[in-house]
Amino acid sequence: MAIEVRNLNVWYGRSQALHDITLTIESQGATAIIGPSGCGKSTFVRCLNRMHEEIAGGRVEGEVLVEGINIYERSIQPVYVRRHIGMVFQRPNPLPTRSIFENVAIGLRLNGLARGDALKEIVERSLTQAALWDEVKDRLNESAGQLSGGQQQRLCIARALAIEPKIILMDEPASALDPISTFQIEDLMRELRKTYPVVIVTHNMQQAARVAEKTVFFLQGRLIEQGETGKFFSRPQKKETEDYISGRFS
Amino acid sequence: MQQSLPGTRNVARLLRWGNRRLSDTIFRGITILLVLFVVAIVAGVAWILISNSMPAIQKFGFRFLTNQAFDPVHNVFGVGPAIFGTLVTSAFAILFAIPIGVGTAIFLVDFCPRPIQSPLAFIVELLAAVPSVIYGLFGFLVLAPWLQGSAEPWLQKYLGFLPFFQGAFHGLSLFTAGVILVIMVLPLITSVSREVILTTPTTQREALLALGATRWEVIRHAVLPYSRIGITGGVILALGRALGETMAVTMVVGNQASPISPGLFNSGYTLASVIANQFNEATPGLFFSAVIEAGLLVFIITLITNIIARVLIYRMGHRVGGLAT
Repeated sequence: MAIEVRNLNVWYGRSQALHDITLTIESQGATAIIGPSGCGKSTFVRCLNRMHEEIAGGRVEGEVLVEGINIYERSIQPVYVRRHIGMVFQRPNPLPTRSIFENVAIGLRLNGLARGDALKEIVERSLTQAALWDEVKDRLNESAGQLSGGQQQRLCIARALAIEPKIILMDEPASALDPISTFQIEDLMRELRKTYPVVIVTHNMQQAARVAEKTVFFLQGRLIEQGETGKFFSRPQKKETEDYISGRFS
Repeated sequence: MQQSLPGTRNVARLLRWGNRRLSDTIFRGITILLVLFVVAIVAGVAWILISNSMPAIQKFGFRFLTNQAFDPVHNVFGVGPAIFGTLVTSAFAILFAIPIGVGTAIFLVDFCPRPIQSPLAFIVELLAAVPSVIYGLFGFLVLAPWLQGSAEPWLQKYLGFLPFFQGAFHGLSLFTAGVILVIMVLPLITSVSREVILTTPTTQREALLALGATRWEVIRHAVLPYSRIGITGGVILALGRALGETMAVTMVVGNQASPISPGLFNSGYTLASVIANQFNEATPGLFFSAVIEAGLLVFIITLITNIIARVLIYRMGHRVGGLAT
């Protein structure tokens, strides 16, 4: 298994956002995390790469084991954790002052992973993986700010892929995009889940059904139900899940 | 006929629209007048400066810019050393205030423990509220003697191979004026930088963090590129202040038209302090005209630096593309 979460409790200052989450994420395939706004699903993925503690007042208790190593171990640097766990955010966030090429190369440069021809090769490979290469290969030196929203998001995915992460986290990666860009991103998710464990936060149940093998339902900071996606949607075990799926609350 | 025709109704609507357009026109007229008022003040200042300095310009021409002496006794005027002093002290101030100010701003936003963040920022801004005559007093009574007795000999001992730190030690010097100016423009650069650093979107910081960037790398690659334009704006404000600062500089610069040399320990002069020293005694005629021309030069130098800065900002802005939202 890729990630094992044990008794995770998370706070924003005094208010507790997550209560005693225990969950296993398989080493391949996509896991969707669904739930209404404010249920703690974004907070949860941000705990998987120690991003939560960057927020003032953010506090985490419990264990998150990635390939058997507890990333909240005292001796482990958050910087090291984030370098190995890629993340794609809700809003495309390329660096607007840098070129398309440099946006993909920056992770490699920061971590001293490649230079020269090897660097160019990885940038091309990552952009190809993110299904963006054909659209940008003739203008790699243009500013990343020139791209459309969907292209920017795929650029961010290429940037995350370039440093060869062990796991990819996506925090509502398509919620700020138009339908066509959304489908492109979903195609990409189905492609990525063949090679990486992918965790996708989404408020869109259809999207979860389309891209994820496994679905987890959060409600008010608690894990309510998890299961294989087909079963999860056709035969939910808990009343809360059924209510949510059938749209009785949102 | 009771029922109004569709046509008349339209006319009524048109008339009402006509009224609204009238109020629009009046409002636009007022705002244009206000703008013209501002433009008129600038033009008036420029015209007064130019017309009053005409006698001196006609008498000395470009020699006014290079002549060493500002000598009312022999009726020979030149402000070479003062132009030099103005540029040197301002350049010194900006050169040292940028790293200190931006560094302070970064500390305040990114590294400072939260409880003391606001008090510290307040203290920095307090520096800006101190009247310049008080900085002058501080410079004259405390800074100048200390620089002369301790800092200048130390600099000469260890960095004396640089032409800036050669020559005799003077307390009232270009060096002291530069240091006072650093202190005076620091709050400007710090508070403007702090404001723009605070506006860096969290998404930009997170982009770097998620790639395994350290705090410094986040600042270097996300925060500074984003804040570059704003910080440059702060630096321009600071430069304007440094070029025109009169009271504090006049109190510590020495007011000696020394020959132009790279040595910072020499006493010097600035354009603003020439005016401050001479305007009271200036007799009508060439003397008065020469003082006004010094003012004209400050005006022109400030104008040129502002234009250069605008061009810089404009070009920076064009290299930054838009972020999709």
